[in-house]
Amino acid sequence: MNVNPTNAKEDTIVALSTAQGVGAIAVIRLSGPSAISITNKVFKGKDLEKEGSHTLHFGTIRDEGKVIDEVVVSLFVAPHSFTKEDVTEISCHGSPYIVQRLIQVFLKHGARLAKPGEFTQRAFLHGAFDLAQAEAVADLINADTEAAHQAALNQMRGGFSERIQALRQELIHFASMIELELDFGEEDVEFADRGDLKALIEQLLEAINGLVNSFDLGNVIKNGVPTVIAGKPNAGKSTLLNALLNEEKAIVSNIPGTTRDFIEDEVTIGGINFRFIDTAGLRETTDTIEAIGVKRTQEQMQKASLIIYMFDLAEDTIVEVNREINQLENLGIPFLKVANKMDVAQPELKAALEKMEGITYISAGNKENIEGLKEKILEAVNLGNFKTGDTVVTNLRHYDSLLRSRNALNDVLAGLGNNITGDFLAMDIRQALHHLGEITGEITTDDLLTNIFSKFCIGK
Amino acid sequence: MFPEYDIVVVGAGHAGCEAAAAAANMGSKVLLATMNMNTIAQMSCNPAMGGVAKGQIIREIDALGGYSGIISDKSTIQFRMLNKSKGPAMWSPRTQNDRMRFAEEWRLALERTPKVDFWQEMITGLLIEKDRVVGVKTSLGIKIMSKAVILTNGTFLNGLIHIGEKQFGGGRSGEKAAKGITEELIALGFESGRMKTGTPPRVDGRSLDYSKMEEQPGDKEPGRFSYLDTPKLKEQRSCFITYTNNEVHSTLEQGFDRSPMFNGRIKGLGPRYCPSIEDKINRFAERDRHQIFVEPEGWDTVEIYVNGFSTSLPEDIQYAAMKRIPGFEKAKMFRPGYAIEYDYFPPTQLQLTLETKLIDNLYFAGQINGTTGYEEAACQGLMAGINAHHKTREIDPFVLKRSDAYIGVLIDDLINKGTDEPYRMFTSRAEFRILLRQDNADIRLTPLGHEIGLASTERLQRVEAKNHKVKELTHTLATRKIIPKEVNEVLGHLQTASLKEKAPIINLLKRPEINIQQLAEVDSVTQKHFETYSKEILDQTEIQIKYANYIDKEKQLAQKMESLDSFKIKKGFDYDELKALSSEAKEKLNQIKPQTIGQASRISGVSPADISILMVYLGK
Repeated sequence: MNVNPTNAKEDTIVALSTAQGVGAIAVIRLSGPSAISITNKVFKGKDLEKEGSHTLHFGTIRDEGKVIDEVVVSLFVAPHSFTKEDVTEISCHGSPYIVQRLIQVFLKHGARLAKPGEFTQRAFLHGAFDLAQAEAVADLINADTEAAHQAALNQMRGGFSERIQALRQELIHFASMIELELDFGEEDVEFADRGDLKALIEQLLEAINGLVNSFDLGNVIKNGVPTVIAGKPNAGKSTLLNALLNEEKAIVSNIPGTTRDFIEDEVTIGGINFRFIDTAGLRETTDTIEAIGVKRTQEQMQKASLIIYMFDLAEDTIVEVNREINQLENLGIPFLKVANKMDVAQPELKAALEKMEGITYISAGNKENIEGLKEKILEAVNLGNFKTGDTVVTNLRHYDSLLRSRNALNDVLAGLGNNITGDFLAMDIRQALHHLGEITGEITTDDLLTNIFSKFCIGK
Repeated sequence: MFPEYDIVVVGAGHAGCEAAAAAANMGSKVLLATMNMNTIAQMSCNPAMGGVAKGQIIREIDALGGYSGIISDKSTIQFRMLNKSKGPAMWSPRTQNDRMRFAEEWRLALERTPKVDFWQEMITGLLIEKDRVVGVKTSLGIKIMSKAVILTNGTFLNGLIHIGEKQFGGGRSGEKAAKGITEELIALGFESGRMKTGTPPRVDGRSLDYSKMEEQPGDKEPGRFSYLDTPKLKEQRSCFITYTNNEVHSTLEQGFDRSPMFNGRIKGLGPRYCPSIEDKINRFAERDRHQIFVEPEGWDTVEIYVNGFSTSLPEDIQYAAMKRIPGFEKAKMFRPGYAIEYDYFPPTQLQLTLETKLIDNLYFAGQINGTTGYEEAACQGLMAGINAHHKTREIDPFVLKRSDAYIGVLIDDLINKGTDEPYRMFTSRAEFRILLRQDNADIRLTPLGHEIGLASTERLQRVEAKNHKVKELTHTLATRKIIPKEVNEVLGHLQTASLKEKAPIINLLKRPEINIQQLAEVDSVTQKHFETYSKEILDQTEIQIKYANYIDKEKQLAQKMESLDSFKIKKGFDYDELKALSSEAKEKLNQIKPQTIGQASRISGVSPADISILMVYLGK
């Protein structure tokens, strides 16, 4: 058995340090030599590397220019911290989605996900604890690890992991072939076909990308299905949102274009969390601020898992409705056609719509048929085999390994492109196998030798 | 009749010879005890040294100040650098050797080592006082006192030779087995096992038809193992390659019912990577041929080693089958092939110094630890010799890390993982293969060898000069600027991209398609510089520049491992106290008694969770 020596104190680790779940505020902690520089890379506000220990700094955390959240960063410079290393603590808003996004950003910039109890462990290693305190922590660590193990097993049952496992087996075979030509090149052995290897790596990358994306989707579901309410100005989108929320949240007025940005809120329907996003209306506009709103609406729609398209039975024409439905079909995102203001419908429009299928008639203002719409919303979101109960951290752990596998596999591809020799290819393949092994099980060099000896006739 | 020795070495094979030489050269008074002084440093298997991973080990032994490299160089009849088409980590020196010359050179080298005494007799027991070895007993009943004992018994402990249905005691063809030691060690509480290995027949070279075989000559520019100036090869002998065929296989199959391998008489486990010919055709029935490597045994002898045809089938079957190999139609056999079973002691009973955990000052090296191969044995002997010397002088242990040397990988694997089959080194066993190259064994190890007083000052000075020159040449290449219009034509001829702006010439060397010799074609000033450097310096500079990214990546991984290895575990720690550990981990940790957290993490059955718990408990 080989352990990836990631306990090395040179790493910078990151984890959520408050409880999982929704709260007003969550705290994410980074510890290690690069804690401050990594935080500084994504933090917009003061230059943290120039600030002193035990100071607080307000600002925003951004990913590729986009603001994720407004935060307060607490700085602790080594050795004046819990772990005796450089530490930053980021207080952000307590939504699991924001927490997840922030941790992802830190991972992207070089932090590694902390193992259960690792902050405590580091604190202990740096002499911040005595043995009696540490004993109590050790039992905790054990429990955490078993829980993590169980969660990983659940995840392994998904089809994607099976595919990764199968592809990993093939990669082991290839790794053995390469080791074979390295260690037994003098003998009568066949060599690994580089074209086949390249094809395999590409397959693996595709599967890993799929897993990375499914992780994103899984979390989207867990953190709320993003649902956009779209439609022409004054179609009653904000009124519908209020009806769903049962409270006055959006600014409701009958002046078209009142909602210039989106308003989000969460509603649980049938046990599933939906994140409803009320948008500015879709229309040609000369108002600059509103034009920005429309543009952002379109962006939001691209990212949505479901669109509720609303039109106005009292005002719209069949030509407009058909055109907008066409546009929505081109987006390729599931959408519901919702006809609002059924109490004041134009008879000719109603007649024209009767030929069309799948329309839900409501009156948002009178809260009529809102329950019917909720049912349609549930039906529209196909949740497949999604299981609740996976913890966010376990997912992130796998996500971390997947990103690392992907990097190593990309290095293999680059190496193949440069025609590098087997010993260097083997180095990157081993890294990839190691990280894939973190997801599916363990790998040691002994596996490779066993594979060689069972499959090939070697030895003089 | 005998003085008290610092160290008695039992057995004079590759391990015993290196152990005796190293300890004596460091200042210990050594007795080398062997059953037969005429068979010191026998090559019991094929007459060759080095090869993939093994060649690196020989260079490591040499860099530390051991003798195997020098002895091999002095008895070489052919030199080849294997794997030249692969990256520099795979380049592996291998020599064919004159079997008799090799043994003679070792004997003479030992005779010239002032503090080595010899005694020819079977050692039948150990003198133990309070869990500490204090000497040995001989078959004549003599007691020889010593502060430490190194056992390097090879295949001699209760050795049992099989040829077909016949079996007889023996440590090697024509030599008797050693009795008594195994029984005594078991009585002391050691656990033992049986292993098996084998050799092919030897034949008369004059009876072979080489025109039916493929010749494999030595390298045009032969290298050598030693970093010192051992004599250059002036002429070389060729090896030859031929193949078995279905006729050979079906002839062999006629003897399967009389095979000790298949009828269960051989109980020991043999190496999967060095199978007998009957094993090969049995396990890989779909293959219609297997390679036979015909190796000359020396400059003058006509004896030939038929590598690839290791067998314990009855001699009549061996002979009949061999005659069906192309080139062997008229072969005359000198000695039949045979299999040998012998006792070994699972190496998990040792510490990283190769001292046993049960008995103080008692060391094991070589096949007694379940390894196979001259190189594997020699390097263990060297390390046991160094550490026995250190122990008797109360100097800290000398342990090589996995990132220091193949020697470190080998011993770490043995101690932590143990082995069920004869353990042979492969480059794939090393996680830091790119760092453990044959070209830098001196850079890696000579400073360490010098520090312990084994590698000479001359060796250290050579390494320092090498490092200095490589640095100097690297600086020259980094500061020498080349101009597009002066070099782009040549770059075109070399089929590499042209330069867009003025750049240091070192940048060209980072391109995969450009080698250091070609820089001379590109730039005449650089060509002039090169004239003052040896090929070794040019090669070393090229490797360090061209593969810098990969080398750095492995160095970082190695540092991570080191930080765990620097984390010491107190001696005598009781793992049963840790309730949180898995029961398998507790058992293994109590058995292996790792010295560091890093070592604990490499024990099979110890999970990362167990390591976290250990770190919390033990970390300070």
